[in-house]
Amino acid sequence: MDFGGINPVTLIATLMVTSVPILLAALGEAVVERSGVLNLGVEGMMILGAIGGFITAVQTGSPVLGFLGGALAGAVLSAIFALLTQVFLANQVATGLALTLFGLGVSSLAGQGYNGIKPPATGKVPFGPLADIPVLGPILFGHDWVVYFSLAMVAAIWWVLRSTRAGLILRAVGENHDAAHALGYRVNRIRLLAILFGGAMAGMGGAYVSLVRVPQWTDGITAGAGWIALAIVVFASWRPWRVLIGAYLFGGISVLQLNLQAAGSAIPVEYLSMAPYLITILVLVVISSGKGKAATGAPAELGHNFHASR
Amino acid sequence: MKRRTLLTTAALALGLAASGQAMAQGMDKVKACFIYVGPIGDGGWTFQHHQGVMAVQETFGDKVEIQYQESVPEGADAERVMTQMALGGCNIVFATSFGYMDQINAVAAKFPDVKFEHATGYKRDHANVSTFNARFYEGRAVEGLIAGRMTKSNKIGYIASFPIPEVVMGINAYYLAAKKVNPAVEVSVVWAFTWFDPAKEADAAKALIEQGVDVIASHTDSTAPLAEAAKSGGKVIGFGQASDMAEYKPSPRVTSIIDNWGPYYIERIGALLDGTYAQADIWAGIKGGEVLIGEITEAVPAEVKAEAEALRDGIAAGTVHPFTGPINKQDGSAWLAEGQTAPDGDLLGMNFYVEGVTGDIPQ
Repeated sequence: MDFGGINPVTLIATLMVTSVPILLAALGEAVVERSGVLNLGVEGMMILGAIGGFITAVQTGSPVLGFLGGALAGAVLSAIFALLTQVFLANQVATGLALTLFGLGVSSLAGQGYNGIKPPATGKVPFGPLADIPVLGPILFGHDWVVYFSLAMVAAIWWVLRSTRAGLILRAVGENHDAAHALGYRVNRIRLLAILFGGAMAGMGGAYVSLVRVPQWTDGITAGAGWIALAIVVFASWRPWRVLIGAYLFGGISVLQLNLQAAGSAIPVEYLSMAPYLITILVLVVISSGKGKAATGAPAELGHNFHASR
Repeated sequence: MKRRTLLTTAALALGLAASGQAMAQGMDKVKACFIYVGPIGDGGWTFQHHQGVMAVQETFGDKVEIQYQESVPEGADAERVMTQMALGGCNIVFATSFGYMDQINAVAAKFPDVKFEHATGYKRDHANVSTFNARFYEGRAVEGLIAGRMTKSNKIGYIASFPIPEVVMGINAYYLAAKKVNPAVEVSVVWAFTWFDPAKEADAAKALIEQGVDVIASHTDSTAPLAEAAKSGGKVIGFGQASDMAEYKPSPRVTSIIDNWGPYYIERIGALLDGTYAQADIWAGIKGGEVLIGEITEAVPAEVKAEAEALRDGIAAGTVHPFTGPINKQDGSAWLAEGQTAPDGDLLGMNFYVEGVTGDIPQ
């Protein structure tokens, strides 16, 4: 069952792995943006998570602790962002960009001496005979735990945002922080928690790059994945399941074009490489052609700081 | 040369003209500036350039002041960085990636008294622009020989960066050397369209391995393809690229192409110090010591190792040229006649595959 020399089962199994970092980071960022905060520092938090997770995993010998370390490193960096934007009311765009630059620099510094070390391996979840089922086996039962975790997080975030009180409050803060404040919700505290969550998710995504996908530490290892995560959030119009589609689309096409080349296909790779971006633009055009700004699904307070005295 | 503010470019031009005069008679102190396309910690291309820079510092001590900037994107940003370097009193600027070619010539036009050196380029639009390159294809031939001998699936892979002559040359040299020892061999080329993106490089290696490739050469800067090959448990081998990448010895890294820039940097900066500097276009290889072949590990059988070393020594002695006719182009038209070796001009502008390589070069 090959198409153009490519086995679709292997392709799907590979793209699920490839998409994990951008999926985790985009999910976190979607939550942050739903609370009305635009954190452009995803790339910085990812790479700090990559080195934080790498160092933790190498020092402790445990890849699970490595992912926790990555999440912690990302959350710590996002705490700086939260302090600057929620307490000192700094401009979110500028602070987010600074966060990326800061994260790249700090990770490079922290990574000195970790070049060329192999991290402990993250094994596949043992499903026993299930993994040997043709077609379904490699796709559903052939992955490490982080792949399943990322899928579970999609469902969890979707459920929390849609059906729980916490999700409703978060959305209220993102749509109209004055009204939320008038109702007695602590806008900045809620946003702080959302930012920390986003940082932890981005950090975990970064750790996946350095612990599983590449497995090694190299300066600048995330190489722009954080920016793709930001694009996916917009592509998904801030909805968790669409984030999943977006992440698999971006990840899938990147894998597909490499596989097509390796298989000697005649399809020009440039078109495939730009396809996700073209689709993002198309999606934006389509969804924003509707009823004004609300139609894009963007949280109304996205990027606006809140101060109670106003 | 202490200037608090530079209000006009005229004042600047004067200042530079003054320093330019001193240059002709040699200088007491040189400020040498470098722009890198990736981070120093990439373990490959940029790392090796930085090794060369450190050798410069060691040789000249406080007679040379070093400034460098990492991860400068190819394109408009590079022009800004180089302009800043020239304004900041750099006497010589080394730009260490092919994609800086147009920018370096543009900046050189504005600062006629600053020397510019461009790695792997060929444009010297102004008298103050020199180019330097290394004959990496000589190393590719050694890799290709090992690939042809070692492959069990008869499929060898090449992770290419950008469709520029240097990379096409590498693919051709790799394939020709492999085919010479193993006529059944096929090469799969994957264009990554990046110099440095470890995750993508790993994905490219994975895609090749899924297609049955068991020897992978890479033209990108990081060690990620080797890390991916290492997961195969010895079934897939690869090569250190630009740097020795010794941490992946003895397998998957079975040998490596090491770029050795230090001697060139020392020579050029030395020439600036003693006043003998002149515009140049350098293209040295294994013979000149700019390209070194890393240790061939025990994962390679002794007779293959001996064969590879003989090829290396032959190239160094000038008795073997990786591009020796008869060689046809991919479309079957003749390129080199029997016994003819490729002229440098053909190589530097190479935009075609040789016969036997499948696929098209992206335009």
